[in-house]
Parts: sequence; C-alpha cells; structure tokens
Amino acid sequence: METVLKVINLVKKYGAKLAVDDVSFEVQEGEIFSLLGPNGAGKTTTISILSTLFSPTAGDAEIFGYSVAKNPMDVKRLIGVVPQEIALYDDMTALENLNFWGEMYGLSGRELKTRVQELLEQIGLADRAKERIKTYSGGMKRRVNIAVGLLHKPRLLFMDEPTVGIDPQSRRAILDSVKALNKDGMTILYTTHYMEEAQELSDRVGIIDHGKLIALGTQSELTAQVGEMDTLILHLGENEDPEHLAQALKALPGVLQANPSDHTVSLVTPSAEELLAPVVSRSNELGIKIHSIDMREPNLEAVFLHLTGRALRD
Amino acid sequence: MNLRKLFFIALKDSRLIFRDPAGLVFMLLAPFALTIGMGALTGRFSGSTQFGISQIPVAIVNQDSGELGKVLENVFASDEIKQLIAAQPQSDPTAARALVDEDKLAAVIFVPEGFSESIMSGESGGEVVRIEFYGNPTRPTSTGIARSILESFMTQVEVGRVSGTLIVNQLLSSGAIQLSQAAAIGAEVGREVVGNSSGSIKLITTTAEGSGVKFDILAYLAPGMAMLFLMYTVSFGGRSLLVESRTGTMARMLISPTNPGFILGGKGLGIFLTAAAQLLILIGGTSLLFRLSWGDWRGVALLILAAAFGASGWGILMASVLKTPGQVAITGSAVALLFGVLGGSFFDLSVMPEWVRKVGMITPNSWANDGFRILSMGGKFAAIQSNLIALLIMGAVLYTLGTILLSRRGLVRK
Repeated sequence: METVLKVINLVKKYGAKLAVDDVSFEVQEGEIFSLLGPNGAGKTTTISILSTLFSPTAGDAEIFGYSVAKNPMDVKRLIGVVPQEIALYDDMTALENLNFWGEMYGLSGRELKTRVQELLEQIGLADRAKERIKTYSGGMKRRVNIAVGLLHKPRLLFMDEPTVGIDPQSRRAILDSVKALNKDGMTILYTTHYMEEAQELSDRVGIIDHGKLIALGTQSELTAQVGEMDTLILHLGENEDPEHLAQALKALPGVLQANPSDHTVSLVTPSAEELLAPVVSRSNELGIKIHSIDMREPNLEAVFLHLTGRALRD
Repeated sequence: MNLRKLFFIALKDSRLIFRDPAGLVFMLLAPFALTIGMGALTGRFSGSTQFGISQIPVAIVNQDSGELGKVLENVFASDEIKQLIAAQPQSDPTAARALVDEDKLAAVIFVPEGFSESIMSGESGGEVVRIEFYGNPTRPTSTGIARSILESFMTQVEVGRVSGTLIVNQLLSSGAIQLSQAAAIGAEVGREVVGNSSGSIKLITTTAEGSGVKFDILAYLAPGMAMLFLMYTVSFGGRSLLVESRTGTMARMLISPTNPGFILGGKGLGIFLTAAAQLLILIGGTSLLFRLSWGDWRGVALLILAAAFGASGWGILMASVLKTPGQVAITGSAVALLFGVLGGSFFDLSVMPEWVRKVGMITPNSWANDGFRILSMGGKFAAIQSNLIALLIMGAVLYTLGTILLSRRGLVRK
C-alpha cells in the first residue's frame, strides 16, 4: 500500500509554547487514521500544518511525495480539508457556497454544476440548496461544511473534529458518510476527542497529548498496552473531594491506578465487577457520595488514562 | 485561473455586503435620506426658486471711489444673481460684521478705498488693495455661494489687470504709445474686461457644447453625502477581511490552491467594486429621482472609479492596522465622520481655515467632492484631472501599504 502521508519530526512553536512536539507518523492509502486527544492537544495545529496553512517550525510532512513546506500548491491540489469551524458564508445559500468554493478549487462550468448537484444530493440538501446557510440547523451546516471539502474529489481528506456541537442524529449521519467515503477509496485523517468515534472509524489511531504523539497503532495494539484492564469511573457530587477518595481507594486490593479529576475518580483494575462492592463501601465509610459509576472494558479511553493519568475529556 | 478566482472573491464580497440589511441602510438609504433632508432644508423641493436656495443676505461695504467697487455692486444686483443673493449696501464695516455675527447676514464684502486705483494703476509688483470677505460659519452653503460669486468677479478683475499690462507693454515696446499714455490705456483695457463682469458672472455655466447647466444645491450636497457614506462602506469592506479571518473562511481560501496574493487582491477588488457600485447607484438614483445633472458622464464615470479606488485604499489600510472587526467598525465610523468634515461633505471648505483645507487633502472626500462639483457646474474631464490623479495616487499608496502590513501580520489567526 502506498504511503500517502508521511509526517517527519514535525514541530510547531508559538513563541515559547510548543504546540506540536516532534510528531512523526505515516498514513497509508485507503485507511482511516485518527488523531485522538483532548482539546488543546495539538490536533488542529497538526492538521493546519499538513494543509499548508501554517509552516512548521521544524520537521516536514510529505503528501503523495510533495513537501508541505516546499511544494504547498501541489499539496493543496491533492488534499481536501474539513475544518473544525463551519467555514461557510452565512448570508449565501448552500448552492452559492458550493459554487464559490468549487471555483476556489479550480472547478467551473458543467463540471462544477454536476459536482455540486451530486454533493447536494449526497448530503440530503438538494431541496434546500437555495436557502441561506444561516437558516440551517447545526447539523445541516456541518454537512455543507464537509461537502465543500469533497468538491474536488481529493485523494486525502483531513477532517478536523467534524462532529463538534451537533445532535446525535447528525453525528451518526456524519460518521456513516466518513465510512462511505473511505469505502469509495478515500484516505482520511480524522481528528477527534471522542474516543467512541476513533474506535468506530479508525484502522489506526495516534494518541496525542500536549503536542506529543504518545501512542500509535491499531486499536488492538493500543488496548494491549493496558492489558486486560477494566476502568471504573466514579462520578461524585459537586462538593466531594476526588483527591481524598482516590487516595483512599488506591489502598484497596485490585486497584492498579486511581486518578482524580473534576468530580470523578477513574480506577484501573483487572476486574471492575469484583471491585464495585469494596469501592462503594469505602466511599460510604468516608462519607463521600457517589452519584453514578461507569464500568468500561479495555478501550482507547483506558489507554489514554493509562498513558497520561487523566481522562480523555479533561 | 487565479485571476478568475480573484474575480469570484470580489464578486462574493460585493454580494455579501449588498445582502446585509444594515449595510444597505448605511450605503444607500442613509445618503439618499440625508440628501433629501438637506435638499428640503434648502428649499430644493419647494419649487419656490430655480436654485432651491434664495435671497441669501449679503452686505456690500463699498468704500472704493473707483469704478471696480461699483462694478462689483452691479454684479450682485444683476438679474442673474439677485434671485439668489439679496445684496444690500452698507456704509459701516463694523456694523456689517456685527450683523454677520448676529446671524442676520450670510456674509459681508468689504471693498476698501483705493481698490480700483491699485488695480487700474497697472504698476506691476505694486501692493494691491484687497477685498475682504467676512463669512458666517453657521451658513456654510450660503457663504460658499457668495464667496464663489466674489471669486469669479476677482478672476475677471485679474484677467483685466493682466490683459492691460500685457497690451501696454507690447504697445510701449513697439513704440506705438508713449510712456505718459501707458496708464490711461492700461486702465481702459482693464475697464473693458472687468466692465463685462456683470454679464459674465452667472450662476449658469456653459458647457463646451454650449448648453447651459443650472446651479443646483443638490449637486452640491449629494456628492458630499455620497462620499461620506462611501467611507462607511469601505470600512465595512475592510472589516470583512478580519471577519473572514475569524470565521475560518479566510483559512479555507488559503488552503485551497489559490495564490494568497490573489486572495488579498480579490478582497481589495471586492471593496472597490462595492464602493463603485454604491456611488453609481447614488448618482444614478439622484439623477432619476431629482433630475439632478452630474455633468459630463465620462468625467463622472472616471471620477466614480477614482473615488472608489482612493476610498477603498483606506478600507484596506484600516483592516491592516486594526485587530478586530469591532475596532474597524468603530474606527471606520469615526474616520468617515472626520473625513466628512475635513473633506467638505458637510460644509464648503472655502469657509474653513487654510490648514483645515490642507489637512483635508488627505481625504478622498475632498478631491471627489470637488471633482463632482466641478462636473456638475459644467466642467469637463480636463478640469478634474488633478482630482483623478490625486485619488489614484491615494488609492495606490494605501493599497500597497495595507497589503504589505497584512502580509506581514498574516491573514489568519494562529
């Protein structure tokens, strides 16, 4: 399989702040590769460099053999980008937006007209194409936002958190469309902070935190890093002290890690079921009220927790 | 291909500005409304006079015992001008000034003793006694009109003086007259030229084709309002650069296979096209609605383009030095008002101090207002050449500066 994207020791600094810290990975043709990490981890900056919007401070990336730093125009012709924000003109209709962005990607005439019509039908907005974007729901806007990135039929598509801030139904539709695009042969680099999305979509996942790529592999490779461990997430009341509870629970047999964060304590254990009763009992003894408990089998969340000591959403 | 994209970016920007209801109010409704309002105040729509403004009270204090003072009085009493100016003789300059201060007069023209003598003597390099014009700053339009008539008269006087001197010098050098006859002949030539002043100073100017062009107060007010609101439009256009940077559409353009220079060019062209369209609509609208003649259409077309170019340069510059769309909106409004004052959109600049007029030359309003007024009074393309050149230089300098600053700062937030 051809390597379509090769990221080589990529670094991006903003003043003293290191936004991307020596990141390297490769994406093979036809795969969905997810960059998973919390907000501010460096996902968007990485995508911005790969899409030639910003220059790297050091390192480089090659897309179909073209350097993003040295051959940006060649790279731009080959990639499609779906940005995190809805980058559309609110006072223009979906049709006008698609026509405008099509022109920006060098389409015109019959080719543009046909492609726009195809995409409008694909995103289910053909009948509302002449309505202004500002009248659309968040999910509809997201769909047009994605369609713009597909206008010139790119071989490699960057999707930067395309499901942020939308309803579950629209989210489902977007995830299905990502899978369909991939099935048609498109290579996709997908960034998200939703573990479920990375799990559902990805052939391989890179976990990024504080600008560093801390893990890389298939899902099974990654979950193997935490072994056959379960995760118990205890949700506490607003006035409870997670630090205090985590400290106390560490002493329980079977607790390998106890990580406190905002109103939660995450426990890594070989058997969540066996640990439930002693956890609840110890909490009661301390007078700490647990609102609810999530039990999770080995997944990417557990991997992130294992590697950083923090939950992915923190 | 990039040029095609540049055009599409410009077209998209113009379309978006014209779709904004608030933008339309500022761009089109407000200037129309203000022009109509000011026209109504001056009586333009009352049908009471052909000029819309009439019977401007002006006092003439003529202490000149020679002929020129009398000729000036005749000019203001002529049939052409008496409809517009109600000239009244006064003997006491102090009392006349007091009437201006009390807002009972629009202006006083003071012709001092020895004025005719200083002109007629024909002594080159001699001290010329000057006519004094004392204007009422609360009546800028009326004062401006009176001053224009006086300036026309003074031009005739100057023509007469120069003609007399030239003819006498030629006659002397050819030996046709003696030195002792020179003064009398020079005075006679000057008298002939100036004596025709009462017939030549009119509020009807004649175009090259010979058709008469009536003075219309709206032709004076409408360009001022159009230019005032044009500055709002260009700041609105400049603001769109920063809005696009914030909403992600600028980033999206930059990651498309489009040269960044063409993106910036497209944004600049968009501001220019919008500004030109606004002026065209306002000028076309006032022509149709008020039957206002803007003059030579080729000159008007060129001046629209030059004014839009000069003004839109300011829009680009504002976007390049300010950081947020809000800052551009606030600064743009302040600049529009300031340029309106300095550029003669509210009052005739001739009543302003010399330094204000000089500072006003940095504004597109000043050059464009002047150009439109020249054209509406029958002036031709040649008469507005300096206005066109000034506006084009202004636009070129500001566009270049703005582009350099924007390129240095970057078009998207990091």
